[in-house]
Amino acid sequence: MKYNIGIDIGSTCAKTVVLDENKNILHRLLQPTGWSSVDTAEAIHTKLSELGVDWEQAAVVATGYGRISVPYADKSVTEITCHGRGACHIFGTQNLTVIDIGGQDTKLICVEDGMVKDFIMNDKCSAGTGRFLEIMANTLGVRPEDLCKLAATGGNTTISSMCTVFAESEVISLIGRGEKQENIAFAVVDSICQKVSTQAGRLDLKGSTVCLTGGLCEFEYLKARLEKSIGASVLACPDGRYAGAIGAALSAAALRK
Amino acid sequence: MQPIKLPEDFVTYPEARKNAFMALKQLKEQGRRVVGTFCTYTPQELVDAADATPVSLCAIGEENIPPAEKELPKNLCPLIKASYGGAITDRCPFFYFSDMVLAETTCDGKKKMYEYLGKLKHTHVMQLPPGQTGAGALAFWKLEIEALRKDLESFYGITISDEKLREAIHLRNRERKAILDYYEVGCLKPSPISGYELNTIITSNEYAFDIEKKIAFLEKRTAELKEKYETECKGKPSRPRILISGCPTHGVIDKVIRRIEELGADVVGFENCCGPREKKDPVDESKDPITAIAEKYLRVNCSVMSPNPGRLEALSQQIDDYQVDGVIEVVLMACHTFAIESDNMKQFVTKEKGIPFLSITTDYSTTDQGQIDTRLGAFIELLG
Repeated sequence: MKYNIGIDIGSTCAKTVVLDENKNILHRLLQPTGWSSVDTAEAIHTKLSELGVDWEQAAVVATGYGRISVPYADKSVTEITCHGRGACHIFGTQNLTVIDIGGQDTKLICVEDGMVKDFIMNDKCSAGTGRFLEIMANTLGVRPEDLCKLAATGGNTTISSMCTVFAESEVISLIGRGEKQENIAFAVVDSICQKVSTQAGRLDLKGSTVCLTGGLCEFEYLKARLEKSIGASVLACPDGRYAGAIGAALSAAALRK
Repeated sequence: MQPIKLPEDFVTYPEARKNAFMALKQLKEQGRRVVGTFCTYTPQELVDAADATPVSLCAIGEENIPPAEKELPKNLCPLIKASYGGAITDRCPFFYFSDMVLAETTCDGKKKMYEYLGKLKHTHVMQLPPGQTGAGALAFWKLEIEALRKDLESFYGITISDEKLREAIHLRNRERKAILDYYEVGCLKPSPISGYELNTIITSNEYAFDIEKKIAFLEKRTAELKEKYETECKGKPSRPRILISGCPTHGVIDKVIRRIEELGADVVGFENCCGPREKKDPVDESKDPITAIAEKYLRVNCSVMSPNPGRLEALSQQIDDYQVDGVIEVVLMACHTFAIESDNMKQFVTKEKGIPFLSITTDYSTTDQGQIDTRLGAFIELLG
């Protein structure tokens, strides 16, 4: 048996996918990246060995911002290319626009005929990323997934700051003013969707299929709100958070050719 | 990651700058006049004709930014801040040795910064028209060229003759040709020289104060590279070929230019003021020198001009001549004019020329190297 291994070390979580030679998923691993990508890569290696991966038969591609910290990888490929490739595989189409909301980056990737055609990433600022949501959830004292559920029942509140630090003080003043938690949650999700849709405006979506990948892909309300702000329906599925790792594993399979 | 191969006698930019410092010190001790300059709009021929040496003032270096931010706003382009910071701290040896500064009202940030610079040293600011084609633009700019001539004459107590101007024009045109021929080595596929080396040689050569020597050096190097192409490169496969556009890239050469090549592509050309854009367009030697100088420098394409169609023409021509696979535009943080032109460039490059385009906004710090690497890497991956 051949093992095509994709390791996506993101700023928050490390995702690993093992595909067999027929591109079936054998294993999925998910763990926090922690403070050391090198240690995380080591831990992944150990786990995969325990799962019975035969390293003699393995091809490994690393991606994500920690892609340079995987000493046993045969190659590193950027997360843009991997997310594009992985999303095509998951959603079974060669033409789509991928919105990946990650820990520190939000990426919009246009894929045509299975190849990345254009992409946009947020700048240094963390507005519109998973980190933004996480910080706001912490401030509200809820988990990120609960913030999204709360948001569904709120409304009529906005956060004007795009900067995470300023937005956090805005949230704190809203709390101080006695604003309902669900309304603040609504404003937080709305702010992320606004930011993403502004970025989307820079790409030519041309009515192509849009999908959501990354750690927030299972947040129903966020997806619904995103559909509203970009004016297109958005596909999502649980494997979306593994899109980068799946793309990396497909790249590993391609190395054999 | 592949390290860039450099020739054994390669001189890095910091080394060239250090050598230039010593050379300029000697020139000064011999009583040579020195005029500090910043930009491609500077009519160097007038400085030459005043028997002065024009020297490019430092406009890079992250360490020059904090001292500048004591007076200048934080959200200003790093090039402007580094220029000012280098001058006020005397970290720029060329500013230190300059008798005066010659600058132009290019962008808003620069022209307001020059007001502060003028407090440190005599600074002649030439007023550029806001567009090349406006009624009276050329006549106005010609008056500015004449005003510069008068100021140089009174500052140094000399007379600048038309004969001197003609000589200077002829020499600078020969220099332009030598630089252009050197750049055009990048048209060869695969390229016999890395973009990093090419860019370094050109910027370091701004400190070659003996123009004849500089021309001879470039001609020799160009011939060597053409020879290298014939014997070592011809017929070999090429990596993806990148054209750089946008703001001056001198301050981000390690962060962007070098990285592109380490990540697997070749930088073959520059469509910015670090490139051949201005070199292709000599001063007309058959006309009255002041008119010819005014006409030439008003034709320089920069996003400060509105409109700026020359940039699209130059971009189009270079994409064809340099056999370019993708364009990477570098916009320095807070450079409004290039940032606004960016979407127009993207539409032109992707729709009209049919090749991929990436725009990155950055500054002189290294804090975003990871994000820059991901963008550059992904762009090179999509070029295949």
